[in-house]
Amino acid sequence: MDVTLKVKRYDPESGEAPHYQDYDVDLPEYGAVLDGLLAIRDEQDGTLSLRCSCRSAICGSCAMKINGRSRLACKTMVSQLKAEEGDVISVEPMGNQPVIKDLVVNMDMFWDKVRAVQPYLLPEGPEPEKEYRVSNESMMELAVAMNCIMCGACVSDCTVLEVDPSFLGPAALAKAFRFAGDPRDGHTQQRLAAYTAPSGVWDCTRCFMCVSACPKDVAPMERIMDIRVMAIDAGMTQTRGARHVEAFASSVKHSGRLNELGLALKTFGLLRAAIDLAPLGIRRLLRRRMPPLLHKKIATAKNIARLFDRLGV
Amino acid sequence: MRYAFWPGCVSRAGTPELYPAATAVTERLGMELIELDQANCTGAGVLGERNEELVDTLNARNFALAEQMGLDTLLTICSTCQGVMSGVNYRLREKPEYLARINESLSAEGLEYRGTVRVTHMMWAVVEELGLDSLKQMVVRPLNGLRIAPFYGCYILRPRYVLGMTDEHVHRDQYLEHIIEALGGEPIDYEGKLRCCGFPIMTINEDNGLKMVGNHTLEAKEKGAHALVTPCPLCHLNLDEFQPKAARRAGKPINMPVLHLPQMIGTALGFSARDMGLQRHIVSTEPFIQLSGMPRK
Ligand code: SF4
Ligand code: SF4
Ligand code: FES
Repeated sequence: MDVTLKVKRYDPESGEAPHYQDYDVDLPEYGAVLDGLLAIRDEQDGTLSLRCSCRSAICGSCAMKINGRSRLACKTMVSQLKAEEGDVISVEPMGNQPVIKDLVVNMDMFWDKVRAVQPYLLPEGPEPEKEYRVSNESMMELAVAMNCIMCGACVSDCTVLEVDPSFLGPAALAKAFRFAGDPRDGHTQQRLAAYTAPSGVWDCTRCFMCVSACPKDVAPMERIMDIRVMAIDAGMTQTRGARHVEAFASSVKHSGRLNELGLALKTFGLLRAAIDLAPLGIRRLLRRRMPPLLHKKIATAKNIARLFDRLGV
Repeated sequence: MRYAFWPGCVSRAGTPELYPAATAVTERLGMELIELDQANCTGAGVLGERNEELVDTLNARNFALAEQMGLDTLLTICSTCQGVMSGVNYRLREKPEYLARINESLSAEGLEYRGTVRVTHMMWAVVEELGLDSLKQMVVRPLNGLRIAPFYGCYILRPRYVLGMTDEHVHRDQYLEHIIEALGGEPIDYEGKLRCCGFPIMTINEDNGLKMVGNHTLEAKEKGAHALVTPCPLCHLNLDEFQPKAARRAGKPINMPVLHLPQMIGTALGFSARDMGLQRHIVSTEPFIQLSGMPRK
């Protein structure tokens, strides 16, 4: 199977700007992108730099952008890419992290953020005589997050990190859930307080990039949502994000639909809504684009409220 | 083709020009929409942060309403509603016992979801059911010379396994380009087209949201786009409404008209700017109206 790999090259010592270099390789039908890169390095160009080790999607070292999406090079089959995305495959280093050379990035930021969420158990109270006993169910929920192999693919594609490097990001927050949700941990409240601070869970824009990128189905965004739910359930409702969720729920509960004006008022508070949204309101009025001031209920709204009550919301 | 129709809350409130444009255009295309007038908000991804089972129950209720009308396909014009509904449908099909529990909640209203509904978005239906060739034949005012930047929005792209994009419909992330071409326009390729518009964080971290708006609209502009088109009213809200503020933040003018998908199709089908509500946007669509040669009224 012939394929062209279009590889992004960069060597800071050469003084050259980053550029693309095409390599033609012949691979067996079962070849992965990593096999192609290793063949290039072995047979055509020994200067190509990349990271890899296990070649079986376990070690997490070979994440890179393949056709623009972050994936593990050892898990991404060339035949499938050719069938679905065309004959030329682009290979670039991960995003949101500085490139050291070619496909190798500096992951310091990744590790700093994982460390920042305190990724270890902090038990409270006297130690049990034997081992800590936990139920199977409580571990099932955490097992998904434990599958993380620290590859960085999610961080590479995160749209918030693109505009704000201070965001804790998907990998660290998925790890955060793994410990906040552990029944053996004694610092749940402090953890939730830290994770809901600015640059934490409420800064995620729910873009699903990390869910798509993760090769281990950790679905980091879902874990971020898990922390949001835990925080609201623990009474941490004073963040703007939590107020937004509460206001949204109350609008749908009482009318069946979303009341956008009411939502803005409740999320921002009357004063800030008036000051901040006024210029927009005037522009909207001029264009006949005001949402209706009187929000109408659907006729069956009481059935909706009953569903909310039934589920305790 | 007949569809149960869920317009979403925003198409009549935040972006009130979308609803009339979409209903006029789908009618012209011969798509019969039967509106679910007792349907509820899908939760827009927000309600799930409160309680996932509640979201699944509310959406199962909408699906049951569609089944009750004897319709098997639910069409929406909101990417976000589509994404939430597809996600719920995926979960309910995977877990029959869970669906049974949800049906217990719905039984008070005499409703039951049997799991037969297929969710689609107008963008998908135009390509997969109407077909690009039929669309081409209906064009009376081709978008000749117009360069248009597609902007999909997250919920119609990800996660791929929920949206049927891992097997049956792997090219759903190229439909906007296909539609633009079928209408005679030229699609622009740029990094931002598959990114997030920033809407979900506008109430939480406005600065980050504004950076996203500025990045995408400026990039489209630098690549020579005359307008940007989106199938998602929430993306429209953010990219249009907050564009002036994003421009001030970026320190340069942007002025990138943002079209709803039905408005762009309607332009090529011969509708006027007023029919399509193009004068109701925050960023002026005047340059697009002039270049397209569409009548104002
Ligand atoms: S969903 Fe949130 S954490 Fe995941 S990539 Fe998007 S912004 Fe980042
Ligand atoms: S969450 Fe997934 S994508 Fe992110 S580092 Fe862990 S394994 Fe990689
Ligand atoms: S080489 Fe170990 S994950 Fe790819």
